[in-house]
Amino acid sequence: MSALQAHLPALQVIVPMLTAPLVILVKERRLCWAATLLASFCALAIAVSLCIDVLHGDYIRYLMGSWPAPWGIELRVDAFSALLLLIVNGASSLALVGATASLDRDIESSRQPLFYAAWLLALAGLNGILVTADAFNIFVFMEISALASYVLISAGPNRRALPAVFKYLIMGTIGATFYLIGVGLIYLMTGTLNIADMELRIHEVADQRPILVAAGFITVGLALKAAVFPLHVWLPNAYTYAPNMVTVFLAACATKVSLYILLRIDFFVFQQNLSGHDFQFSYFLMPLSLLAILVASTVAMFEPNLKRLLAWSSVAQIGYITLGASLVSVAGITASLLHMFNHALAKGALFLVLACLGMSLRHLRIENIAGIAKQMPWTMAAFVLAGLSLIGVPGTAGFISKWYLITAALDSGPWGTALIAIIIISSLMAVVYIWRIVETAYFQPAAEQAVVSEAPLLLLLATWTAVALNFYFGLSAGLPVELADSAARLLMGHMR
Amino acid sequence: MALLELYHYWVFAALLMIGFYAVIAKLNLIKKLIGLSLFQAAVFLLYISMGKVEGGTAPIFTDSATEPLYSNPLPQVLILTAIVVGISTLALGLGIVVRIKEEYGTIEENEIQEIDRQ
Repeated sequence: MSALQAHLPALQVIVPMLTAPLVILVKERRLCWAATLLASFCALAIAVSLCIDVLHGDYIRYLMGSWPAPWGIELRVDAFSALLLLIVNGASSLALVGATASLDRDIESSRQPLFYAAWLLALAGLNGILVTADAFNIFVFMEISALASYVLISAGPNRRALPAVFKYLIMGTIGATFYLIGVGLIYLMTGTLNIADMELRIHEVADQRPILVAAGFITVGLALKAAVFPLHVWLPNAYTYAPNMVTVFLAACATKVSLYILLRIDFFVFQQNLSGHDFQFSYFLMPLSLLAILVASTVAMFEPNLKRLLAWSSVAQIGYITLGASLVSVAGITASLLHMFNHALAKGALFLVLACLGMSLRHLRIENIAGIAKQMPWTMAAFVLAGLSLIGVPGTAGFISKWYLITAALDSGPWGTALIAIIIISSLMAVVYIWRIVETAYFQPAAEQAVVSEAPLLLLLATWTAVALNFYFGLSAGLPVELADSAARLLMGHMR
Repeated sequence: MALLELYHYWVFAALLMIGFYAVIAKLNLIKKLIGLSLFQAAVFLLYISMGKVEGGTAPIFTDSATEPLYSNPLPQVLILTAIVVGISTLALGLGIVVRIKEEYGTIEENEIQEIDRQ
């Protein structure tokens, strides 16, 4: 066991990556599902083990092929990456538990092995981004996960998934290429790709034009991939037309991993070396975050398609995450990272509920769910509880991160009260769009001809596990708070 | 003259913008993908040109008494990877265009939007 322990950072990527071709060779779809589930839980166990090791601000280094660091590729897991590893592997595992029934509806059985392989590759890519300490390596893993998620999304049953995924492909590739230009310019000036090494060497060339241009390219490119308003246009359609289970997986983690890269590069490399960069970062990100929160919440209030409604809500929630980061303080970044974790829990649970509804309904539109709570009591009860977490009612996970965000905003100076007002207004907007669905499902008369039955057991199990986690982490938030706090100190510790 | 000496950056910037323009302005999905490839190729050129040392050769050890001047091989290796990524993206993009053609009967963006609106 101890021999394996040393290799956990590498295994985090290798386990899902090597399971992918095996899954294609096994043609039986239930076996494929079992193998994928096993690999995903294995990765989750590794993530938990890494989390425990780095909880108090240490980090684990792993030298690929034992080549010393700036020359060879180094893997490095610290509290920040461990938190994201937990989100990504947790979301994948939970989605896979309930996936079978929903996927049988969306994807023909002969194609399912390929689908599971793409799922594993997406997981491997996301894990790879999180463990590596090499800026170019991040680009490669980013493209692996992106290519796999294009395939996953295009597997959707509706043909509209195709134009949606094409748009995502174009915008995702432009974002990744912008990142590549930025990394190239930094390499040009410093001669290194290792992020820790970059941090040391960029000091000598800081505030020269190529570095400033690189900061611009990297920030904009990753904002595009992370769907930061107004670069979010690919997100609503991609999430809406993807197979339901894919939306659960990607909505919980894909954009957050891009935000992870953005924060890591920005705080480790740029913040302490470029003069006035913290102000530029704040003034760039804060207005966009506030616009995201207000505009996307407003759109969500009027959207009839349930999946697109939640996708717009995701755009708003990304706004909260970037708002916390734009405060550039330990409290703000803690709030931001906590919200990554808690939003993944709440939105994962809500999209799982939609997957339950999707078992009986062809079109997930608000008028089709009138009175459905009578026939699907468990599903709709889960929706209400997960909705409470999204809104941020005390006792749920969503409350914890909003509380931290409000506390951080209070400390942030004269604008604090205005920020709090906007956070509260947008929470009320969330009440409106969640209530619209609850009201329709519980209090409107059901359509006559609808024959609807409760969702299959495994899917309900996954949904209720997600809901239970929302309450568990709402009542005892110790682990995510500690991780987020260590990570925030780590990020801010790199600033002078 | 300093501007001309840095001509490879101008080539990079021009190619980048031509590709970017095609991605944004063209309605035909294949043309968009061509633009995207050009856009990526420009970045490959940026990397390749930065590794070149004037008068430098390939970094292979020889028996000669004087140490020759080497070009930096690392950017080329990086770009080898990036080219593979670019090809995969292009292949997947073309695959999606084929599926769009099968489902919609057209590969013009505005016509697809028209069909979806109905």
